[in-house]
Amino acid sequence: MENYAVELKNITKTFGPVVANKNACLNIRHHEILALLGENGSGKTTIMNMLAGIYYPDSGEIYVDGKLVSIKDPKDAFDLGIGMIHQHFKLIDVFTAVENIVLGLEDKEKKNIRYAEKKAREICDRYGFDLDLNMKVHEMNVSQKQTLEIVKTLYRGAEILILDEPTTVLTPQETEKLFNVLRNMREDGKAIVIITHKLHEVLEISDRVTILRKGETIGTVNTAETTAQQLTEMMVGEKIELNIQRDLVEHREKRLEVKNVTVINQEGKKVVNDVTFDLYSGEVLGIAGISGCGQKELLEAIMGLQKCEEGGSIIYNSTAHGVHQLVGLTTKEIIGFGLHLAFVPEDRLGMGLVGNMGMTDNVMLKRYRKGSGPFLHRQQPQATAAKIKDELDVKTPDLEYPVRKLSGGNVQKVLVGREINNKPTVLMTAYATRGLDINTSYAIYNLLNEQKKKGVAVIYVGEDLDVLLGLSDRILVLCEGRVNGILDGRTTTKDEVGLLMTHRKGA
Amino acid sequence: MDYANLLAWITSAVTFGTVIMLGSIGETINQKAGGLNLGTPGIMMLGGMASLTGAFLYETRAANPNAFMGVLISIVSTIVICGLAGFIYALLTVTLRANQNVTGLSLTILGTGAANFLGGSLMKLSGGVGQINVPITSRAIRASIPFLSEKLGFLSETIFKFGWFVYVTVILAITADLFLNKTSVGLNLRAVGENPATADAAGINVTRYKYLSFIAGGAIAGLGGMFYVMDYTKGTWANDSIIEALGWLAVALVIFTTWKPRNSIWGAYLFGLCYWLFLYVPSGINAVLLKLMKIDRSTYLQNLYQMIPYLVTVIVLIFVSKKKKRENQAPGALGVSYFREER
Amino acid sequence: MANKQPLIRITKNDNRPLWQAVIIRAIFIVLALVVSSAFIYSVTKLNPAQIFASMYKGAFGSARRTWITLRDAAFMLIVALALTPAFKMRFWNTGAEGQALIGGLAAGAWMIYFSGKIPTALLIVLMLVSAIAIGALWGFIPGYFKAKYETNETLFTLMMNYIAIQIVEYFVDIWDTKGSHSVGIINMESEIGWLPNLFNNQYVLIVIIALIIMIAIFVYLTFSKHGYEITVIGESVNTAKYAGINVPKVIMRTMALSGAICGIAGFVQVSGISHTVSKGIIGGRGFTSIIVAWLSKLNPFIMTVFSVFLVFLEKGATQIASDFNFNQYASSIVTGIMLLFILASEFFINYNVIFRKKEDR
Repeated sequence: MENYAVELKNITKTFGPVVANKNACLNIRHHEILALLGENGSGKTTIMNMLAGIYYPDSGEIYVDGKLVSIKDPKDAFDLGIGMIHQHFKLIDVFTAVENIVLGLEDKEKKNIRYAEKKAREICDRYGFDLDLNMKVHEMNVSQKQTLEIVKTLYRGAEILILDEPTTVLTPQETEKLFNVLRNMREDGKAIVIITHKLHEVLEISDRVTILRKGETIGTVNTAETTAQQLTEMMVGEKIELNIQRDLVEHREKRLEVKNVTVINQEGKKVVNDVTFDLYSGEVLGIAGISGCGQKELLEAIMGLQKCEEGGSIIYNSTAHGVHQLVGLTTKEIIGFGLHLAFVPEDRLGMGLVGNMGMTDNVMLKRYRKGSGPFLHRQQPQATAAKIKDELDVKTPDLEYPVRKLSGGNVQKVLVGREINNKPTVLMTAYATRGLDINTSYAIYNLLNEQKKKGVAVIYVGEDLDVLLGLSDRILVLCEGRVNGILDGRTTTKDEVGLLMTHRKGA
Repeated sequence: MDYANLLAWITSAVTFGTVIMLGSIGETINQKAGGLNLGTPGIMMLGGMASLTGAFLYETRAANPNAFMGVLISIVSTIVICGLAGFIYALLTVTLRANQNVTGLSLTILGTGAANFLGGSLMKLSGGVGQINVPITSRAIRASIPFLSEKLGFLSETIFKFGWFVYVTVILAITADLFLNKTSVGLNLRAVGENPATADAAGINVTRYKYLSFIAGGAIAGLGGMFYVMDYTKGTWANDSIIEALGWLAVALVIFTTWKPRNSIWGAYLFGLCYWLFLYVPSGINAVLLKLMKIDRSTYLQNLYQMIPYLVTVIVLIFVSKKKKRENQAPGALGVSYFREER
Repeated sequence: MANKQPLIRITKNDNRPLWQAVIIRAIFIVLALVVSSAFIYSVTKLNPAQIFASMYKGAFGSARRTWITLRDAAFMLIVALALTPAFKMRFWNTGAEGQALIGGLAAGAWMIYFSGKIPTALLIVLMLVSAIAIGALWGFIPGYFKAKYETNETLFTLMMNYIAIQIVEYFVDIWDTKGSHSVGIINMESEIGWLPNLFNNQYVLIVIIALIIMIAIFVYLTFSKHGYEITVIGESVNTAKYAGINVPKVIMRTMALSGAICGIAGFVQVSGISHTVSKGIIGGRGFTSIIVAWLSKLNPFIMTVFSVFLVFLEKGATQIASDFNFNQYASSIVTGIMLLFILASEFFINYNVIFRKKEDR
C-alpha cells in the first residue's frame, strides 16, 4: 500500500441538521498538487478544516504519513506539518507582518522576532515574494496579505499546504505568480491542496483532482487524463447545459442614468470612481469585476446607502413615477417615494433580511411604515409571504419560522421573492446565486429573465463569467472602481471580459 | 495653595491613584484578552477583604506575628481569592459562554456583598468584639523605602516619601506594558483579544490564554483593594464601598489610557488628583463659584468636584471614539465570546 | 496513536423544548440555593429547613411584608422593563441606576420646593413629568454619542451613574437642614406628593403602574412600528439601513425612552416608596435589573417572575441577617450566587454537551 502524505477515510461531519461531509475520502501525495473541486457548499472547505484542526470530525480516520492521528486543534495540525491558508485571512490587523508570523509559536528560537525576520526574508528571497515584514496588516492589500499567509505557513515548517480558493481575490498576474510559487514548492517535495471551483485553474495547476459533491467524494482523476466536461459532470452530478435562455426585448426605455458617480470609503479610497452608464428597461446589465472593485458600493450608492461625492448624478426615470434625481435622497426617501427600485444585496442575512424574523416580518422590511397609526399592519405582508412561499416553493415550516434557520437557497428565495413582489422598475442583484445549488441558481436566472421580459431593468452583479456571458444583454466591466468598458453580452468573449477586469485601460 | 497643601493633595492622590492603577492594570490585561470585566470593582472589594481577613487571622492567631509574614499572607490571600473570582468570570464567559456584562455585574454584586458582609461580621464570626485591625501588616505595607525616603532631601520629601507598595505598583504597570508589547506571550494574548479565530488558527490555546489572563487580571486588580485597606484605612474596614467607586474609576481609566498600562502611571494619579480636588481647591475659586451658583457653603461644592473624574472619562471616551485612530481603539473582539465550531 | 475524540464536545441546540429548559433552570436554581444555604449554614449553623422558613418569613411573613416584597419587585420590574427596548436594540444601557436616580431627584425637588404651594394633584403630575424628562435626557446623552461617533455605550452609561450620584449628593447637602447629610422623609406629616393609597393600601398603585408598563412595553415592542425598527437594528444595523431606517434617530429615541421609564421608576421610588432623596434610594437595583432583563431574554412576563424571585431572596437573606445580627449585605451574596448559577444554566439550555463514548477509541 502506498504511503500517502495524508489520507482521509470516511470522514463525516455534521453541524446540527446540516451534513457537511458524509463518508468523504481523499489522499494527498508529496511532490504533488491536488485540486479539491466542488461547488459552493460541497464540503471542500469543511473537510480541509478538519485536517487543519479547525473542526473535529464526527467520525472517520485521518492518517498522516501512514500513521493514524487525531487533530484536535490547529496546533496538532502544525505539529504534523499541515498548514492551511484560509479564504478569509487569519491575520491580526493591528500587528505587523512579522508579528503575525511568530504568533502562537512556542519554539524558543522560532518565536524570536529578529530570528523570524531573518528567516522570513530568506523564504521571500527563495520564492521571489515581495513582502515588507514590518508593515502593519491593515495597511496591506489582499495579495500582500496572502503572501504573508503563505510565508507564515512555510516559516512554520509546513510540508502539507492547503490553499482555500486562493485566486478569487487575485488579478491574473498575481494568480500566475502564485502558481509559479506552488510549482516551486511541489519541486521541493511539498504536498499541496488547492480548493477551488474554477475548472481552468484545476487543469492548469493540478496533478490530480478529487471531486466532492454534497459532502461526499465522487472520485479522483489524473488531471492529464480528464477534460473540463468530465469534471463539470462529476461536480454537478448531471450533464448541465450552461445555456440560459436569453430573449431580446425590443422596446427599451432608459430607466437609470448614472453620471460621474464617485464614492469614497472610510479609509479615503475612491471605491467607485467617476462611473457613468445608462440602464434600460427589458435588459440585463451584467456587472463584472474582481471582488472588491466597487460593485457593492455602486449598487449601494444607487439605493442611497452610500454617499455620492459632489458632481455625481443618478436620474431615475419611470413611466409610472416620473423623473427623480436620486443623489441626495436617503434610502427612506427612495423607498418612500414608491420608486420601485429593488435591491438584492450580497449579504442576505446581514443586509437583505433579518435572520431571527420569520417570512412575514421580513416581507414587511421595506414597507413596515405603511398604514396609519403607530402600529404595524401585518395582514397584508402575511398574505404576501404566503404567496411568495407558494410561488417560489420556499421550504419553511411556517411563515413565522426564523429565516436564519432555512437553507441558503430558501433564504435567497425569500429575499428575491420580496424584491420582485414590489413590482420593480429597476431590479439590482449582487451575487444572487452565490452559495446556491445549481437548481436554485437556475430558478433565480429564470426569475431574472422573466422580470426582464416584463420590462424590468435588471442589473446582475456576478462572479462567474460563464453565467454573466450567458445571461447579460450588456456587460459593464469595473476595474478599481472605474468603468473599464461596456460590452455586448452576445458577442463578447470571456477573454475580453477577463482582460478588462484586470487591466485598466490607460493605466 | 501653599506648599504643604499641595504635598498633602499629592499624597492623597498617590494613595488613591495606586488603588486605581492596580485595578486598571488588571482590567487592561482582562480586556486585552477580550474580556470586559465589570466585576473588577467587586473583585477589588474582595481583594481588600481577603487581605484583611488573611492578615487578621494571622495576627490574632500567631504567637509572635511578624511584619513580613503578615504582608506575605495578606498578598497571597488577595491573589488567591481574586484569582478565584477571575476564574469564575472565565468559567462563565469562556466555557459557559455567558454574557460578559451580565457576568461582571453579578460578580460585582457578589463581591461587594461578600466583602461588606465579612467586614461587618468578621469580628463576630471569629468570636470577638470590636473593630478588626491589623496594625502590624498595615504598618509594614505603608513603610517607606529606607534610604530613598530619608537621604535625598527634596526628592525624599516629594517622590520617595510614599510606601514601598506605591513603587511596586509603578513597576508592575511598566512590567505589564512590556509584557503585553514586547514578549511573545503578550503578543499571543493581544491576538486572542483582537481576533480569537485567528489566534486559534495560529495554534494559540485561546481558552487557556483567556483563563490565565482573567485570573491574573483579577489577582492584580484585587491588590488594589488590598492597598486601599492596608494603606488608606490603615488595616481596618469601613462599609462605605469606596473601593467599589475606585474600581469603576479603574475601569474608566482603562479607556482613558487607551489600553496602554504605561499611561495608567500618570492617568491614575491624575484621577487621584481629581478625586481629592474638592479638598484643595483654592478658596478664591470656591468663592467665585459659590457666588455664581448662589449657594452659601463651599462643602456643597465638593460633591461636584468629585464628579470630575467621571466627566473626564466621558470626554475621553467621546474623544477616542471620534478620532477613530487605529492604535487607540479597544481590542477588536472585546466583549465577544469565541466558539470555534460556530458557523 | 489512537484517533481519540476530545473528551467533551459541545454542539448548539437551538430547539430545546420548553420543559427541558425549565428543568435545567430549576436544577441550577436548586444548586444555587444549596450553595447559598451552605454559606448561611457556615455562618449561622441554621439547617436548610430553618433557613427557608426564615427567608419565607422575611419575604411573605405578614401581609405588610408581602406587600413590601411586591412593591420592591414592582420597582425592579419597572427598571428591567425600561432597559428592555435598549437591550433589544443591542444597546448596553448600564446606566439605569443613574437614570432612575436623577428622575427621583427631579421628583423630590418638586416636593421640596412646591409642596402646599400648588394643588397636590398638579404637583404629582409635575413630579412625574419632570422625572420622565430628565431620565430621558440621561439616556439620550449616551445615545446621542453612540449614534454620532459609536462611543461605547456600556462605559458611557456607567459613568453617567456616578455623575448622577454626585449631583444627588450635591442637592442632598443643599436640602439638608440639620447637617446630617440626609434629606429625611419629605412631607412626613402632610404626605403631600406621595402616591395615593388605593383600596386602602399604600402599594397597590405601584404594582398597577408596573403592570401597565409591562403591558405597554410588550405591546410597543411586539406590535408597533417603533418596536419593529428596534428589533431590526438589534439584529443587523446594515439591514436597518437597507430598510431605510434612520438608525441614529432610533438609537437616540430608544435611549430616551429607556431613560424616561427609568425616570418613572425614580418617581415611583421617591413618591411612592422611600419618600426621600439620597444616593442610595435605587440601591443597586439599576444593576440587578440589567441581569433580570437579560436572564428573562427580554420577555416582559418572565421578567415579572424573576423580579419577584430576586426580591424574595433579598428579603429572605436580610431577614436571616437581622435575626442573627449580621448586616444586610448577606442578601447581595445570595443574590450574586443565584445570578451566577442562572447565568451558568443558560449554557446547558443553549448547548448540548456530549461526553466521549466508551466504545469510541
